[in-house]
Amino acid sequence: MTSTITTRGPGVRTDRRRTVRVGPFSGVVRTRQLLLPVVALVVLVLVSAVSLGRGDYPIGLGDVLRTLVGLGDPTQQFIVTELRAPRIVVGVLVGLALGLSGALIQTFARNPLASPDTLGINAGASAAAVGVIVLGGGSGAAAGLLGGLGLPLAALLGGLLVALLIFALAWRGGVDGYRLVLVGVGLSAVGFALVDWLLTRSDITEAAAATVWLTGSLNARTWDQAWPLGLALAVLLPVALALSRQLGVLQFGDDTARALGVRVGATQAVVVLVSVALAAAAVAAAGPVQFVALVVPQVAVRLAGGSRPPLLASALLGAVLVVGADLLARTVLPVALPVGIVTAVVGAPYLLWLLVRGRRSITA
Amino acid sequence: MTATLAHPDLRSSATPRVRLAAEQVRLAYGEHVVVDGLDLELTDGSFTAIVGPNGCGKSTLLRALGRLLRPTSGQVVLDGRPIAKTPTREVARVLGMLPQTPIAPEGLTVADLVARGRHPHQSWLRQWSRDDEDVVAEALRWTDMEEFADRPVDALSGGQRQRAWISMALAQGTDLLLLDEPTTYLDLSHQIDVLELVARLHAERGRTVAVVLHDLNLAARYAHRLVAMKDGVVVAAGTPAEVLTEQLLADVFDLEARVITDPVSGTPMVVPVRRLR
Repeated sequence: MTSTITTRGPGVRTDRRRTVRVGPFSGVVRTRQLLLPVVALVVLVLVSAVSLGRGDYPIGLGDVLRTLVGLGDPTQQFIVTELRAPRIVVGVLVGLALGLSGALIQTFARNPLASPDTLGINAGASAAAVGVIVLGGGSGAAAGLLGGLGLPLAALLGGLLVALLIFALAWRGGVDGYRLVLVGVGLSAVGFALVDWLLTRSDITEAAAATVWLTGSLNARTWDQAWPLGLALAVLLPVALALSRQLGVLQFGDDTARALGVRVGATQAVVVLVSVALAAAAVAAAGPVQFVALVVPQVAVRLAGGSRPPLLASALLGAVLVVGADLLARTVLPVALPVGIVTAVVGAPYLLWLLVRGRRSITA
Repeated sequence: MTATLAHPDLRSSATPRVRLAAEQVRLAYGEHVVVDGLDLELTDGSFTAIVGPNGCGKSTLLRALGRLLRPTSGQVVLDGRPIAKTPTREVARVLGMLPQTPIAPEGLTVADLVARGRHPHQSWLRQWSRDDEDVVAEALRWTDMEEFADRPVDALSGGQRQRAWISMALAQGTDLLLLDEPTTYLDLSHQIDVLELVARLHAERGRTVAVVLHDLNLAARYAHRLVAMKDGVVVAAGTPAEVLTEQLLADVFDLEARVITDPVSGTPMVVPVRRLR
């Protein structure tokens, strides 16, 4: 079958790899890896539309779609675009950011345990946000400053601060994935200890508010939360996709990657920074929605095949999980739960099922 | 097969050009200095084996030659240009390097592995050109890995896996190739298999090869030039017959040994007697 190889490239015999050459562009397309993001996008649009229709004032799917293109009646228009859309849009953006963040950090660390959850980004953001909630009412100068910054900004700064600490502590002329995870686990413990300490000092209403935020919630989100996160994604998503080829080579370990002409240290730094910035921005918008960044890339790589989590598919599946979990939390369940609880309850068993069913062990 | 065992020195008439050189390099891991003030030259079309006892710094030297380790002083020069000042992508088009135990991500197929060798020749726009395709197909065929193209690398045997990596290095299309103990963990027949492949790369494809090896007899049989190291210093360099003497084996390896002539290849062959001291 020599002729097949020379004319169509290796691997095509199983029809999973197709060569595309248009003008100066040339590349390889794998059917499953192309199909998965498309399917995920379709599912995302459907789930979002269903979610927009659900609530105290139900609107049919047809009416929702009509409203979205500007043909609905004014009442429906107001309910959909002003009341419900911000919640769904924030959910979509948070899911995109977390899915992408997890895929990047897991590929880089070659470790499926690496995610913003385990690396302490969430813990740092949580400590800062709970600090604002608990100390915000106080009279101290520091509390006043924190309160003035607003909760999302504090969460963002907390997340980024932990990211810097991780980097400073894990850096040894390059970042070793295993070391990164261990440092992250340590910082995560410190962050959550700080959260617990703050909670024990707070009164009952503040503690309740903080606890809801800590599980991750899309309640009462407005366009104010959507814009900064949307902006962050608009900048960071293209950067991440541009890094895709280098990520593929980094998987071979530092030595081989360097031998193949990748600037290992610089590439690693950009990957980690993009990943933590995405996670911090997501946490700032909705609180630490647990498990999405951890579980979604592993689900995506099993659905798409290949040797590492696909970036775009991970992002879109993250959005599907968050919006879907929010829809479940609001409608099917007898009590309205914060979305973070549902993502963990839905995501964890699905990953376990894939692990039990699949032949391959866990892959980063 | 016999052709690869013979030592035809095709470029003996003119002085061959130096392709890769270590100039007074000092190599250290943190505080621990492994190599200090070492000079080594690899000439065009040469096949060099670096030998020495465990911990003598031979792998460290190879890593420095392949710019995986930056010397704390001195420099490595590739084609007359300091390698540290050459863009790493440019280096990767001329110089290939296989680390000692390379990692392949789980689930990656042989075809994908070999295709990754084209990375230094690709760009965002030019991800899989006709050139890439032809070179990869040729590399798979040349290393007899075609039938394994769709197999995951982690499902291969040790010998097949090493062939796959060499196939990747071939696809990278570099004139120079550095191999760090490519025969580790392989049984004798697969060691021969891998070294035959490397020897063919040198003889048929004109690659300049440097390889770190443990087995002295195999090093003497395949390489044209041996470099013996001890404690970070080059103790002897030259043809296998010049280097593999009973005195050197005692000095470098603390080994009492007889050196006889390999009945198959005519190269020196070490028969150990006992460890000295």
